[in-house]
Amino acid sequence: MYLPDFDYYAPPDLSEACRLLREFGSRAKILAGGTDLLHKMKHEEFTPEVIISLKNLSALREIRSEPGQDLLIGALATQNEIANSSLLQEKYRSISEAAWNMANNQIRHMGTIGGNIVNAVPSADLPPILIVLGARITLVSTEGERTVPLEEFFLGVHKTVIRDDEILTQVIVPAQTTTGSTYIRFGLRKSGALAIAGVAVAVTMEGEICRSARIVLAAAAPLPLRARQAEQVIVGQRVTPGLLEQAGLAAAQESRPRSSIRGSTEYRRDLIRVLTRRALHKAIQKEHI
Amino acid sequence: MAEVLTDSGQRKYHLINLNVNGDTRTLAVKANALLVNVLRDQLDLTGTKKGCELGDCGSCTVLIDGKPVNSCLVLAVEAEGHEITTIEGVSHNDKLDGLQESFLENAAVQCGYCTPGMILAGKALLTHNPHPSEKEVREAISGNLCRCTGYVNIVKAILAVAEKTAPEEGEQA
Ligand SMILES: Cc1cc2nc3c(=O)[nH]c(=O)nc-3n(C[C@H](O)[C@H](O)[C@H](O)COP(=O)(O)OP(=O)(O)OC[C@H]3O[C@@H](n4cnc5c(N)ncnc54)[C@H](O)[C@@H]3O)c2cc1C
Ligand code: FES
Ligand code: FES
Repeated sequence: MYLPDFDYYAPPDLSEACRLLREFGSRAKILAGGTDLLHKMKHEEFTPEVIISLKNLSALREIRSEPGQDLLIGALATQNEIANSSLLQEKYRSISEAAWNMANNQIRHMGTIGGNIVNAVPSADLPPILIVLGARITLVSTEGERTVPLEEFFLGVHKTVIRDDEILTQVIVPAQTTTGSTYIRFGLRKSGALAIAGVAVAVTMEGEICRSARIVLAAAAPLPLRARQAEQVIVGQRVTPGLLEQAGLAAAQESRPRSSIRGSTEYRRDLIRVLTRRALHKAIQKEHI
Repeated sequence: MAEVLTDSGQRKYHLINLNVNGDTRTLAVKANALLVNVLRDQLDLTGTKKGCELGDCGSCTVLIDGKPVNSCLVLAVEAEGHEITTIEGVSHNDKLDGLQESFLENAAVQCGYCTPGMILAGKALLTHNPHPSEKEVREAISGNLCRCTGYVNIVKAILAVAEKTAPEEGEQA
């Protein structure tokens, strides 16, 4: 399998990358790990005239915490770097676990968090857990930079608010008031299979009472779907097994999964019911795992 | 950035230095040349196989800076400045590496198509974790499909090498 022709640039720094992107606009594509982009180019789903590689921008690989308690994940951090980061394992195991459970070992060494977000497919594993934790992203262009809540980034399959001239540089995970979070996904195999359904949950518990809950579903709609009905079922309530089942049913009802070779709409809905219940149970019992 | 040459047909070639198995090779490649094809077709390193060409099967696995990646999803121009190890770089002076011997001893090879990728995935694991558990071995080869062996003997072969090397201080055998 071969790739269509294109011109290739590997700018030395971010400002040159932005300048090139400005020059070529919609004719160019950014290359990070390439696991989505080259895949699509082999099928001629995308045929960019120009590829701008971020390979020299090593500053965008860093994972660090800020004095203000925000945690910053560079857009080029790979899935395995996120899975193995001691900082993330300590503070947000739920994020490193989500990265660890996706794709396969080789792909995890190549695929980046930035690519997983900008690619914008419903089965992507990192956006749901980042959204429930209130993550924001930084988008940079020659015009300057802006910060967007990740929840407002997605518009549909392959559709986001990113402009043709913008580069995603980092993901910001704010200091939490939530007490627990987790992401559970189900694929047909443990390795190398996309999620047929996934559920991310973050809750704030006060004793047995759930003070706040955020639930986001993967592979349940054209974009990561906030399950607001399910959230309403448990917020302000004393948590019981029956209540978690009700929340699962609500999430299943408000989900809009499509039928595909990997799973029918009905099957995915039932998975969402079960996974929502399990994810809530886990986040309520434990911490950010 | 690497020098770009243009031929009479206006095709552009990037002049790159690829560090493969310890040797630096200077090559002119088109931007769209995939690492797997450059290794096989330009450098005659045909030990690296092509199966799915989409990142699913792992038969094209090479190590880049010691990490296993799928060379069917890497541009050759992207690999410049990194150390690439292919299956040809695992044995030294015509003598098989311990892991390769172990694959033979444990009958971990049938048709052999997945073997180069399996061995490189195994090498990468053993280099940073010389005494892995069975679970860690299975996770390390999770990106490598084998249609013949059922994996049992492959896992055995990797674990057998781990057993032969003495555990480091403080490490559980
Ligand atoms: C075999 C296989 C299994 C997979 N399994 C999973 C899985 O289980 N779960 C999952 O979620 N995904 C999976 N994927 C998809 C993919 O690996 C991930 O989405 C990965 O994180 C993409 O990152 P990348 O760096 O490779 O992106 P690239 O392919 O480099 O880029 C993807 C898109 O994002 C754009 N882009 C990338 N970085 C930036 C940036 N910083 N700024 C602006 N635009 C940018 C590119 O232009 C391109 O359009 C799998 C892929 C393969 C091939
Ligand atoms: S040929 Fe590269 S992963 Fe299958
Ligand atoms: S030995 Fe035939 S594919 Fe593994």
